[in-house]
Amino acid sequence: MSKKADFVKFDKVDKSYDGKVLVVKDLNLDIEEGEFVTMLGPSGSGKTTCLMMLAGFETPTNGEIFLDNNPISNIPPHKRGIGMVFQNYALFPHMTVFENLAFPLKVRKMSQEDIEKKVDKALSMVSLGGFANRMPGQLSGGQQQRVAVARALVFDPAVVLMDEPLGALDKNLRESMQYEIKHIHESIGVTVVYVTHDQGEALTMSNRIAVFNDGKVQQLSSPDKLYEEPVNSFVAEFIGENNTFGGEVSEISNGTCKVKLEKGEIIANPISVKSVGEKTTVSIRPERALINPKDKMDNNQKGKIEEVIYHGDHTRVRLNLLGNSEFILKVPNSSQNLDIKLGNEINIGWNSHDARALDPK
Amino acid sequence: MSSETGKILTTDGIPLEESLKQAEKKNKIKAFLLVAPLLLFLIITYMIPIGDMFSRSIDDKMVTNMLPKTYKAMENWDGKELPPEEVFEAFYLDYKILVKNKTAGKLQTQLNYEKNGFKSVLKKLARKQKKFEEGNYKEQIMKVHKRWRNVEYWRAIKRRAPSYTYSKYLKGVDMYSNEDGKIVQVSEDRRIHRILWIRTVEVAFFVTLFCFLMAYPIAHLLATLPMKYSNLLMICVLLPFWTSLLVRTASWMILLQQQGIVNDFFVWTGLVADDNRPEMMYNKTGTYVAMTQILLPFMVLPLYSVMKTISPSLMRAGKSLGATPAVAFFKVYFPLTIPGIGAGCLLVFILAIGYYITPALVGGASGTLISNQIAYHMKSTLDWSFASAMGLMLLTGVLAIYWIYNKLVGVDNIKLG
Repeated sequence: MSKKADFVKFDKVDKSYDGKVLVVKDLNLDIEEGEFVTMLGPSGSGKTTCLMMLAGFETPTNGEIFLDNNPISNIPPHKRGIGMVFQNYALFPHMTVFENLAFPLKVRKMSQEDIEKKVDKALSMVSLGGFANRMPGQLSGGQQQRVAVARALVFDPAVVLMDEPLGALDKNLRESMQYEIKHIHESIGVTVVYVTHDQGEALTMSNRIAVFNDGKVQQLSSPDKLYEEPVNSFVAEFIGENNTFGGEVSEISNGTCKVKLEKGEIIANPISVKSVGEKTTVSIRPERALINPKDKMDNNQKGKIEEVIYHGDHTRVRLNLLGNSEFILKVPNSSQNLDIKLGNEINIGWNSHDARALDPK
Repeated sequence: MSSETGKILTTDGIPLEESLKQAEKKNKIKAFLLVAPLLLFLIITYMIPIGDMFSRSIDDKMVTNMLPKTYKAMENWDGKELPPEEVFEAFYLDYKILVKNKTAGKLQTQLNYEKNGFKSVLKKLARKQKKFEEGNYKEQIMKVHKRWRNVEYWRAIKRRAPSYTYSKYLKGVDMYSNEDGKIVQVSEDRRIHRILWIRTVEVAFFVTLFCFLMAYPIAHLLATLPMKYSNLLMICVLLPFWTSLLVRTASWMILLQQQGIVNDFFVWTGLVADDNRPEMMYNKTGTYVAMTQILLPFMVLPLYSVMKTISPSLMRAGKSLGATPAVAFFKVYFPLTIPGIGAGCLLVFILAIGYYITPALVGGASGTLISNQIAYHMKSTLDWSFASAMGLMLLTGVLAIYWIYNKLVGVDNIKLG
């Protein structure tokens, strides 16, 4: 069975609540069958609205959403067959775990025998085999979350939506749940649309990530591409850490450009600049800049150490470099004895390929 | 730990329990002093009156105290035939004092409760006894009225001998203990209290039902509307709460009377003919309408406080799992509001069952409730012991409802706010 590339399709979707402000602007998004797509963005960026439109709790102001090629804007939520995991779990507090899981099956008029079989299977999938007769209130946050996931999957929906499902859990539990959800997704191959504002979560779990800002998808690509090759300065800024220089393109030629800063000049990789004179923001990941590089690098600058913060496995060094006093370096904690001391001047080098000249901020 | 039988000691060697008590003592005294005024207030205004009501309702000392010699003489009388001479003599002596003190009227009333027609017999005796000669009182008394020869009347006197009686309670349910001491129902045309009890429960039940049916959607709206609208709506719900009960009831009288606004409106819309205006007041309809409106906030508030805590995502979850909105409502939302429903219904029912002013003003003859009857006996007949007995029966009924409710739903599940 070939997988459909546009199993879920947002086609020119706009959404406004008050007729004045567009919360979602011209959204076009194709989600492949069996894919794990994360909508990532700051709060108010429209990602939850998109999810709610897909679930059927909000209607698009313009455009259409297709599920398996069928337009679904006029189908009420209970007929869409989309499973959903809510931020606060939304388990029915007056029902046992078993009854919670049996609920979607009962409303589908399944036989008692089938219901028991399916619930058992779903519970063992989230390793909560012996918990069928507990009430949700007797479970820990992580267990409740697993029940919520099992409930969203128990009726074999084509798509499962997750709205910041791990937001209420503590850090360690959140990480282990990330892997658990990822493994469940891999083993049953359901299409998952996941909403979060936690970039670490998005990078860990997703096949593809849609970065939302201001009602628009800024970039839709795989986690590694998103991190390595952000297409604009918002994405670069939002995903991971980032050193930036604001300047003006002074020279551009096949594959490289020179950017003139207030103090000095750097060589960069022109991503969204085309001609001389354009304003740009150059983005460099902290780990791509090295101290006293052995290899020849086309950018070499001197910086003064302003702050040293010990982080266990690495040390963060804040430098004043080319007038940017917020330039961060990550130095791995190896036995290598570098001269990292407050106030020292050190040599910093990076490749022009890693310095991406993006749109100005 | 289990093998260790010795007491646990604090670092200073004092037994832990004792040390804890010492430490807590001050706090306990403080706490008690804080609640003491309330406790005192409750005892004075609540426990004592109820105790007084109870003793009043079973108190029957009045007759006992008025005829001390008679009852002493009657001790040996078996009640089968006419009593012996000494009973007649004792009764004559007791009665003489009463007539002299001008308190014979009370005795006449009391004994008339016991046996119809006793009053006139006693009145006649009061007039004639002045001319009685000493000795052979049996003959003389029997000569005054032939009913004195009837043993029934003497038995009626004897029945009032104990200083405590439950006859008021029997009267409250239209029963009495007859001449043979058996508990029987009063004749059918005099069974008024039972009708009142049934009507009271019926009115309370339907008022609760109407309140529930109206309050549920309002409370739901209140709980789901955005803050600025829900505040306004809340004020609308509470506004009648802040208005005097009398004013509200009086305004219902203006609205509901035959030449009132509601009737005018019906006529204007052509719903009813001008000469055939329906009576909506001084009957049960008036009681229902006014009481439902007045008690509505008591249903809305507990419901609202429960609904406010139900996350809207639960309904969404229900729908996303494939339940139609109706199924999601009845399987998910409704069961979660049961604590609020329980609290609201209990509150409204208990308030309605003892409601007084509204039925008194708009109830008319067919819309009065048991509390109006109690008030009637307090103010008009001055039969306080009967009023007390009915009041206590009402209280017992309310406690019984509370008990049944607790068995069915569990008081822990109530959420009053």
